[in-house]
Amino acid sequence: MNNHFDVIIIGGGAAGLTAGIYLSRAKLSTLILNEGTVGGQMVLTHEIANYPGIESISGYQLARNMKAQAQKFGCTIKSNLKITGIELSGDMKQITVNESDVYTSNAVIIATGGKSRTIGVPGEENMKGKGISYCATCDGDFFQDKEIIVVGGGNSALEEAVSLTKYASKVTIVHQFDHFQAFEHYVEEAKLNSKINFIMESKIVEFIGDEKLTGVKIQNIASNEIAKMTIEGVFIFIGYVPNTEKLDGMVELNQWKEIVVDKNMATNIPGVYAAGDSIAKRYRQVTTAVADGTIAALSAADYLNSLKKAFIPVEV
Amino acid sequence: MLHTNLTHVLSEQDHSKILQENENVMICCGRMGPMCIPVYEVMEELESEYKNVKFADMEFDTPDAKVIRNLPECRSFQGIPFVVYYKNGQVVKATSSIQSIEQVTTILDQNFGK
Ligand SMILES: Cc1cc2nc3c(=O)[nH]c(=O)nc-3n(C[C@H](O)[C@H](O)[C@H](O)COP(=O)(O)OP(=O)(O)OC[C@H]3O[C@@H](n4cnc5c(N)ncnc54)[C@H](O)[C@@H]3O)c2cc1C
Repeated sequence: MNNHFDVIIIGGGAAGLTAGIYLSRAKLSTLILNEGTVGGQMVLTHEIANYPGIESISGYQLARNMKAQAQKFGCTIKSNLKITGIELSGDMKQITVNESDVYTSNAVIIATGGKSRTIGVPGEENMKGKGISYCATCDGDFFQDKEIIVVGGGNSALEEAVSLTKYASKVTIVHQFDHFQAFEHYVEEAKLNSKINFIMESKIVEFIGDEKLTGVKIQNIASNEIAKMTIEGVFIFIGYVPNTEKLDGMVELNQWKEIVVDKNMATNIPGVYAAGDSIAKRYRQVTTAVADGTIAALSAADYLNSLKKAFIPVEV
Repeated sequence: MLHTNLTHVLSEQDHSKILQENENVMICCGRMGPMCIPVYEVMEELESEYKNVKFADMEFDTPDAKVIRNLPECRSFQGIPFVVYYKNGQVVKATSSIQSIEQVTTILDQNFGK
């Protein structure tokens, strides 16, 4: 198999798949290398109701459609792999997969998106699926008539806390600040719900349990006091972090580890573009990821054209 | 029926049959949601690599899925999917919630080899 492509796209979410559609349709050989499930965060979304032209669609279905569309135009997609080497400087970019397979290209688009932030305290990894969940729609019904905690203070946390009152007898929102970072209507709805109560300026410092989650230790941030609470379910919605840890030192990142790009989605490295949730921007949506992916693809195509022009032999 | 390319276990009878006919079996019991879809995709990806393992799914909400939901190995589970690995009809491992390809291959290698 030829391992050289015109463009390699790192990440196969909305941004990467869109770039794949545009580039393959322009007859540029394109490879998408994706570490997880193709579709990225779209797959985490039960219903997308704000994608223009489609009244309502599951995130999974939208991702499948985008993947099929990219493949129809000839885009190669490899998923569930591990990227073990990235070389972006110079004209020939090189990406190593699973320690052994080396792919080269003249341009690269980084579309690695973001992932759910975890709390990162003892017991969290162990209790995943045994009381700790990151998806209310998936696991809410395990907590019928039980008391649960929702961690977070943004839109997702408040919206999901309200939706979990369908099952739980009581929902306690634990949030680290004394105010919420959510739209006012989400805050109002949560405050008006008699099943919801709040523990503010506090954080979970330990999950307790052996076979199953049985409780948590909660620390008051102002007083440092730690209290134990008996609980069987904790849902965590504390935002997202960009997937850029493998790019640190290779392309310019800002203080939040987001990739810095110009209006053409170009990074500080020639021939390297970035798109979607991994770049520095304010609004993270499927529509904005798709727009970024389009711009990055067209800019990469322009860059490849400029390389070709530079190589036209000059007649003497 | 789940929208995957895996073998579907639709009933208790299917479940017994698949265990009788195959030495190594991995069944992912879930829904078409964000915690389950990545596991189905990992299984689809590994199917050609692990020819000695039968990969299958089962709908969590079908009444017959009690054959998985009620397993003692799944008693503490509170997150879908419930994934159960069987050798010669016996449960050798069970996991709850989303798993990465590395986590799945570690279990397959430890229990079934390639
Ligand atoms: C629960 C939830 C609900 C949402 N609801 C909506 C909604 O209703 N409407 C809306 O418009 N937006 C919604 N969003 C936001 C939207 O899903 C994202 O903004 C968008 O999908 C981002 O796309 P992306 O391609 O930039 O990144 P991602 O979707 O994160 O995709 C990045 C891909 O790159 C892969 N990857 C990561 N690191 C690497 C690496 N090092 N190498 C290779 N591959 C890598 C990941 O596995 C992933 O597949 C929601 C998000 C969530 C989490």
